[in-house]
Amino acid sequence: MSLDNSEVKRIAHLARLVIDEQDISIYAHNLSNILDLVEQMSSVPTDDVAPMAHPLDTLQRLREDKVTETNQRDHFQLVAPQVENGLYLVPRVIE
Amino acid sequence: MYQKSIADQAKGLRAKEFSSEELTREYLDRIKRFDPQLNSYITVVADFAMAQARIADERIAKGDAGPMTGIPLAQKDIFCTNGVRTSCGSKMLDNFIAPYDATVVERFNQAGAVMLGKTNMDEFAMGSSNETSFYGPVKNPWDTKTVPGGSSGGSAASVAARLAAGATGTDTGGSIRQPAALCGITGIKPTYGRVSRYGMIAFASSLDQAGIMTQTAEDSAMMLNVMAGFDERDSTSLDKPVPDYTANLNNDFKGLKIGLPKEYFAEGLDSGVASVVEAAINEYKKLGAEIVDISLPNSSLSVPAYYVVAPAECSSNLSRFDGVRFGYRCEDPKDLEDLYTRSRGEGFGPEVKRRIMVGAYALSAGYYDAYYLKAQKIRRLISDDFKQALNQVDVIMAPTTPTVAFNIGEKVDDPITMYLSDINTIAVNLAGLPGMSIPAGFSQNLPVGLQIIGNYFDESRLLNVAHQYQQVTDWHTQIPKGFE
Repeated sequence: MSLDNSEVKRIAHLARLVIDEQDISIYAHNLSNILDLVEQMSSVPTDDVAPMAHPLDTLQRLREDKVTETNQRDHFQLVAPQVENGLYLVPRVIE
Repeated sequence: MYQKSIADQAKGLRAKEFSSEELTREYLDRIKRFDPQLNSYITVVADFAMAQARIADERIAKGDAGPMTGIPLAQKDIFCTNGVRTSCGSKMLDNFIAPYDATVVERFNQAGAVMLGKTNMDEFAMGSSNETSFYGPVKNPWDTKTVPGGSSGGSAASVAARLAAGATGTDTGGSIRQPAALCGITGIKPTYGRVSRYGMIAFASSLDQAGIMTQTAEDSAMMLNVMAGFDERDSTSLDKPVPDYTANLNNDFKGLKIGLPKEYFAEGLDSGVASVVEAAINEYKKLGAEIVDISLPNSSLSVPAYYVVAPAECSSNLSRFDGVRFGYRCEDPKDLEDLYTRSRGEGFGPEVKRRIMVGAYALSAGYYDAYYLKAQKIRRLISDDFKQALNQVDVIMAPTTPTVAFNIGEKVDDPITMYLSDINTIAVNLAGLPGMSIPAGFSQNLPVGLQIIGNYFDESRLLNVAHQYQQVTDWHTQIPKGFE
């Protein structure tokens, strides 16, 4: 499995990551090696095997749909990069 | 005092031989003196620790103390600590003061334990050598040219050098057991779901498990008594009764069946490590255990399956770091897309970016079946191997790592070689089983770990098996030269 630079750029975009231009081919090389390692799985027949999502095959625990948390917006926003009037600020999206 | 195990420190505190303040001060002094050589702590909270120690002493004086009250511990910097920076070893969270405590931290606070600080780790727990940390590599106290292992490398090095009485760790693919082995200490990864993940920064949610790093198995049992148990704030926490993990430590295990999987003693195992592990197995024979040869035929598939499951889950979990609500934000973003991509590109280190990208690729349209679904099926095969083996035997033993600690810089540019250093630990996470590593001796003057794997929720038995070995050996009491 060999990824070229354009595929690496596509994956970086999917993952919302900027990768420096000069590093792209290093990533292509390393990611290709990782996919080669992973490729070993394909030789194993698994048609009749049920996928395992949870080590104990337990289902997601459900709870009653009621409010259990208290509002701590101000407390949690203390660690935010930029807030105003309780809102998170980001660059303008709509002109 | 620092040479003592947690169990002996607890006795000393109870008998008023020394106070928690004196004990805590001794560790803080040792950290100041020795940690510049090791870099095992990211943050030391001296004032906070001394305040906790004074409260612990009051509780002890009033007779309101538990076994862990007044014991100075270190927390891996993956656990959120209210009001204290929680960096996860990343530039992304270098400025992150956690606004709440992880359940594990909360439970130690309630138990009256003292927190000395937050230990260094591979960035977001992704690494096997502690070299991916934004705060620089941790050094192995047995030889500071070598790595301590990872990702809980700071916790391992701090306990090995006696800069904490015990420490927490997390284990997604071996991140407790591998560094415990390379640093010559005891480490336990409990059954998946046994300890709450609430407030533990997520890497791969179907594999992550919090655990413990200490000198002795008895100390691990004492810490597990505090940590284990159901937590409704973690949706994967299991609601099962928690035994007293110290209760069975002294049980006689005559007739214990130990399985030795041939795949773990095959090519690639260093001969020095092999002979240390062999000697440990012989010690178990002398203690009355019966040795059974077993096979875990799909072992070689564990690394490939892991490097789909873990990156896929990490790419999903780490999407929360977007430069908006917390963590690093790039300078002067020109639009929202630029804010996301540059904050993430600049905030994450290369190994984290690699894994996010592998995960994003494996989960992208058209590839899901070939990668993630396939890996989940392989995971079943690996888990079934263990189920069959554990029908035949009580515990499985193997070397924790195929070699002793390698040199800093040796594997850092070659991810695949680095990944393969976890070849003996990863399968246990895929199966969700509990596993331990205990010090079993030395090869080339560096520690060797013996791995003990047990059935689901059989932590008590693992601790018993480890404790009995530690009654007849003294590997776990040895302190690296220069740190006495």
